[in-house]
Amino acid sequence: MAFSGIAKTTGKLAVVVVAMFAFVFVVMVPLYNTLCQALGLNGKYSGKQYEVVQAKVDTTRTVKVQFVAVNAEGMPWQFQPMQASIDVHPGAVNTVEFYAKNVTDKDMVAQAVPSFVPAQAAQYFHKTECFCFRRQPLLAGADAKLPMQFIVDQALPAAITDIALSYTIFDVTAMDKADQAVTNR
Amino acid sequence: MSNQHVGEHHHGPAQGFTRWLYTTNHKDIGTLYLWFSFAMFILGGSFAMVIRAELFQPGMQLVRPEFFNQMTTMHGLVMVFGAIMPAFVGLANWMIPMMIGAPDMALPRMNNLSFWILPFAFAMLASTLLMDGGAPNFGWTFYAPLSTTYAPPSVTFFIFAVHIMGASSIMGSINIIATIINLRAPGMTYMKMPLFVWTWFITAFLLVAVMPVLAGAVTMMLMDIHFGTSFFSAAGGGDPVLFQHVFWFFGHPEVYILILPGFGVVSQIIPTFARKPLFGYASMVYATAAIAFLSFIVWAHHMYTVGMPVAGELFFMYATLLIAVPTGVKVFNWITTMFRGSMTFETPMLFAIAFICLFTVGGLSGVMLAMAPVDFQYQDTYFVVAHFHYTMVAGAIFSLTASVYYWLPKWCGRMYNETMGKTHFWISFVGFNLTFFPQHFVGLAGMPRRVPDYALQFADFNMMSSIGAFIYGSSQILFLFNVIRTIRAGKPISEPKVWDGAQGLEWTLPTPVPYHTFTTPPEVK
Repeated sequence: MAFSGIAKTTGKLAVVVVAMFAFVFVVMVPLYNTLCQALGLNGKYSGKQYEVVQAKVDTTRTVKVQFVAVNAEGMPWQFQPMQASIDVHPGAVNTVEFYAKNVTDKDMVAQAVPSFVPAQAAQYFHKTECFCFRRQPLLAGADAKLPMQFIVDQALPAAITDIALSYTIFDVTAMDKADQAVTNR
Repeated sequence: MSNQHVGEHHHGPAQGFTRWLYTTNHKDIGTLYLWFSFAMFILGGSFAMVIRAELFQPGMQLVRPEFFNQMTTMHGLVMVFGAIMPAFVGLANWMIPMMIGAPDMALPRMNNLSFWILPFAFAMLASTLLMDGGAPNFGWTFYAPLSTTYAPPSVTFFIFAVHIMGASSIMGSINIIATIINLRAPGMTYMKMPLFVWTWFITAFLLVAVMPVLAGAVTMMLMDIHFGTSFFSAAGGGDPVLFQHVFWFFGHPEVYILILPGFGVVSQIIPTFARKPLFGYASMVYATAAIAFLSFIVWAHHMYTVGMPVAGELFFMYATLLIAVPTGVKVFNWITTMFRGSMTFETPMLFAIAFICLFTVGGLSGVMLAMAPVDFQYQDTYFVVAHFHYTMVAGAIFSLTASVYYWLPKWCGRMYNETMGKTHFWISFVGFNLTFFPQHFVGLAGMPRRVPDYALQFADFNMMSSIGAFIYGSSQILFLFNVIRTIRAGKPISEPKVWDGAQGLEWTLPTPVPYHTFTTPPEVK
């Protein structure tokens, strides 16, 4: 009697172990990404399509948007915003440019990852066009002006008067090659 | 008693080394676990001595900073996974079958396996010290990207070692749960089980739930490093903060895994030497279960400063502060058990009382760290180091030391030397406090942890800390000597109740405990 009981207990616990291992991959990782997107944490995209609301530019308010460009360790590109900051009205469409130059003698591919301060500003910051949406290839020695078009939402809380947007640029050349190899197969 | 004639039915232990290699006897495996964990305690302790020797004076004297980082990392890993966890599993192996009237553990062969994979895991972990690029140097919490993008090549060996340790712990805990559920003697209802059994029962469930999460975390690291995924790499769309969430979802229950069996040990020892039954038995059980439940919903208090919504900080802060309630119940019950008891102060009791006092100090600094606004100042300072050493050393290690003094006479039928035991206690107690109490002050003043050098203003307190650490470390040699001397030449004893105030099934067995016990289950009234 005790023996079949032991087998049953062991079986149940083994199921729990497998389930908890799977839980990490199928629940924790997607849940974390979903929560970050829903709450606008860590500069994750909301994933929703932004409907441009025309002719509702809120000229009574001015928000200062500052731009920061950071190179991840081991990324040799020259990378900087063309202007340190601009003053914008909520609802207006603004375009800014970042300058990138591949100073190496190798063709490289880069990916920029955004981050906001304050974090809750992320959900009110709509990019309609951004170089960060896709990987940016640059030939050896080439440079480029990378455009970004954005609208600050009219619903931005009044308490937020300054938004800092930081881009960290990563070298993803190896990752890009691996992906190309997969798609070409 | 049935065990008077066990020799007729069973062979004694086999002879030679194969006895230990092939054994499925819970007492043999418990002994193996305890000796192994003591060896790891000495290894991890020697790493701590390197750390304290370097920090004896400001400036760089003995080791290079890279090696210092390897020492802090290996010290943490070896102590948590090699010393404390296997030691408690060893105690569980020895005591749980004897406490619930079972003949052995439920899964004896798996028991053998779960022990014998451990030496391989730690041999692999220790071998990284000799590899090119050195041992893991990213702290025992192995935060990505330190442990992925910037890790030394030996990180792969570290990952495999963690997988093996995890498998060992999972098998050990499944075995403990299966034993407690299925092999209790007739009449041994759940609410009659000794508290050591109860705390291990709950701990084993924690282990089954979170060790697979740890395995998942290191598997994701492995995939990021070798298979091109980007779980923790921002460049590929991942997030390093995710690592911290996954790690601490394992890590916070883990710290209760390290301390709950210690609560159980103290709950056995205090009633014995106070000669009173444990006060509030049922509330002790419920408090343990409450702590275990809460441990799953407080993990983010380790990461207030990485950035999270205010609502998140408030939730994790209040949930964490709530843990003080069941813990307070436990401390209250231990003190009330001693109240008006006929107390005597043998070595196990001294360690148990020191546990209560010092663990409470660690608990109080824990309450301070739980508060999000002040944690922004304390984060990653020596205040945190002081806090978790008060809980892990004065908590887990002191309770383990107490349990060895408490049960060793029962196990081997010989009494340890009381004078030497008390000397060990007082040297440990003074050494421990001298080491870690000043770290509260340097931490509050801003000395960061895991840094091999420090500002001149911290010099005096650090020298005190180092002297205390050398005292505490060397007192363990006295402990080892006392244990070996007891086993080989201690005063023989034969009364079943080694301690006159002890209660429970294990004390009805002959002393020393025969190789096979309770082959016929005892009747529990």
